[in-house]
Amino acid sequence: MTHAATSPRFKENAKAALADPDLQNALKFVEVNFIARRREVADKLPEFDALRDAARDIKDHTLAHLDLYLEAYERKVTAAGGHVHYAVTAHDANRIILGICKALGARTATKGKSMVAEEIGLNDYLEANGVVPIETDLGEYIIQLRHEMPSHIIAPAVHLTKQQVETEFRRVHTHLPAERNLVEPTSLLGEARAVLREKFLAADVGITGANFLVAETGSSIIVTNEGNGDLTQTLPKAHIVIASIEKLVPTLEDASQLLRVLARSATGQEMSVYTTLSTGPRRPDDPDGPSEYHVVILDNGRSSMLGGDFADMLRCIRCGACMNHCPVYHAVGGHAYGWVYPGPMGAVLTPSLIGVDQAGHLPNASTFCGRCEEVCPVRIPLPRMMRSWREREFERHLSPATVRAGLGLWAFFARRPRLYGLATALAARLLALFGRRNGRFRWLPLASGWTRHRDFPAPQGATFQAQWKARDARRR
Amino acid sequence: MSARDSILASIRRSLGVTGAEAPRRREVADRIAGHPRGVIPARGQLPVKERLDLFVRMVEGAAGSVARLADLVDVPMEVSAFLRRHNLPMTAQRGADPLLAALPWERAGTLEVSPMGARAQQGHDGLTAVSHAFGAVAETGTLAMASGADNPTSLNFLPDNHIVVVEASDVAGDYETVWQRLREKFGDGVMPRAVNLITGPSRSADIEQTLLLGAHGPRRLHVILVGEAGEP
Repeated sequence: MTHAATSPRFKENAKAALADPDLQNALKFVEVNFIARRREVADKLPEFDALRDAARDIKDHTLAHLDLYLEAYERKVTAAGGHVHYAVTAHDANRIILGICKALGARTATKGKSMVAEEIGLNDYLEANGVVPIETDLGEYIIQLRHEMPSHIIAPAVHLTKQQVETEFRRVHTHLPAERNLVEPTSLLGEARAVLREKFLAADVGITGANFLVAETGSSIIVTNEGNGDLTQTLPKAHIVIASIEKLVPTLEDASQLLRVLARSATGQEMSVYTTLSTGPRRPDDPDGPSEYHVVILDNGRSSMLGGDFADMLRCIRCGACMNHCPVYHAVGGHAYGWVYPGPMGAVLTPSLIGVDQAGHLPNASTFCGRCEEVCPVRIPLPRMMRSWREREFERHLSPATVRAGLGLWAFFARRPRLYGLATALAARLLALFGRRNGRFRWLPLASGWTRHRDFPAPQGATFQAQWKARDARRR
Repeated sequence: MSARDSILASIRRSLGVTGAEAPRRREVADRIAGHPRGVIPARGQLPVKERLDLFVRMVEGAAGSVARLADLVDVPMEVSAFLRRHNLPMTAQRGADPLLAALPWERAGTLEVSPMGARAQQGHDGLTAVSHAFGAVAETGTLAMASGADNPTSLNFLPDNHIVVVEASDVAGDYETVWQRLREKFGDGVMPRAVNLITGPSRSADIEQTLLLGAHGPRRLHVILVGEAGEP
């Protein structure tokens, strides 16, 4: 029961996003806050770039030995009294998690924030089968109330303004006095804290994701700022971890390297508030903690990405820095991408997971400015991989006819350099002539996609090649 | 084929391996057993006095507060002063930690610090907890808490106010030193059920990226650092 993707309608989504004043207001914060905060903490740590290299190498090493690290991890979880389950598909994972809930007679399950749970559509599946899922991360809670997908992988409600959150709380929290004051964000947070505290104490099962799984110790690691993930995994009878295969790291030392780049890249913190390592269920003399500890390991197509063109994507630690620095994301937000993972990492991962026929627009939604790769803590060559997807899309004749015709025309001239020079010189001269008066065009035939949003500058002189030749001649 | 076997087979097919190659197996076993350290920031690699100062600065930078005491016997007075400063009831809960149990709580007058009962599970507002950290990391002002009867995990998250006693000799420069101490105490590759690394009080920036303290965990984190620089 994964989410139906609207990725094929990316262009319509983007158009709607650009015309949505609330969204545009909310998105202003992304561009300012995330970038400045990351810059500040990165500059404070002279070893930051060396740590990024180390993080990349750790992930590459683990992925190259993933079968063996999975086996080692499984042995450790089992030795600590936990259970490891394997899910080939999203549906398998949902079925396993529901099975554990049913065996415990669970009616409600609290949830920590998990992108993998979003990927498999866990909430809808549990709900349809009689277990009520309750998101406890503030942002996830808000979007669950609104029946939305997250629009950002670490700030799921980043597309909303505080007025929208207030409206939602008033609609849902009808047991509270209608005249209460919710103007300040603190009062919204306080209300969510009080409402969710009751849910934490009543839940039968707690479900979290994992930022890392440690082969050395069999531990799952979650990183949060709110403490919601910890209450989720400490208070109920059972803790279920849902994590995909590439979350493995060899040792605690390796996890430390990754933690040092994760929070800095994500929220611009030196360290997130809570980093929790959980290993197995409650011990004999423990006064608290879950009696059962389950880990559901999800593949969902990842194992076949190993060793292929998109294997580097499996290094991703889901920090969100790529989308925080993406001009396309800044303009349209996360929902326009139409599935679970937005921004540059989504543009590369989504076609791998749901098919390039569904998500072919996403790798095209890039200016190739390269900022995503510049800030990626594990140095994933995102622009190169988006280019690979574009090539595949073209090879498989999935691009629109106009694009193919345009490319064909360009290729015709590009293969005939003299003709190309002649044609471009003619075009430049014509455009210069017609655009002489204004220096720009407000409308051009065959280029309305460009001129609808901005003017097209009129050429000022000869073509680049002609200018280059002239410059060369002068030098001699 | 089980789901497990089919995932492992698919990984091996993609990597072009069988899983039986001795050099690969050795490399993995060696890495796990040797757990080599990677890049460790110079920031925390300091002599004791500077390291403690850095720890204090980083805790405060993460919106926690710190009191420095020379002697453990003064901890009860500091707890009571903290509660008074914030106008809180003179009660707190703790686990069975021997260090906390041995403190002269009676010196702090009306202060009542009781071992955790069922009440902590209720998690009502206003609760204060006192814990004893397993270790701490100066690099980022991080506390390392180990679960168990001595310092129950729920006391790190349910209370509104969390007071954590840290011994100066337990403040390390980096996380790696804490892992090594965990291995020495619990054994190689063995962990307590939960290890909580805590850096400042709970917060959220999910509404318009405005940073607000006290999301689901404690609104206040107060560290009592005990022992002078130069002591062991």
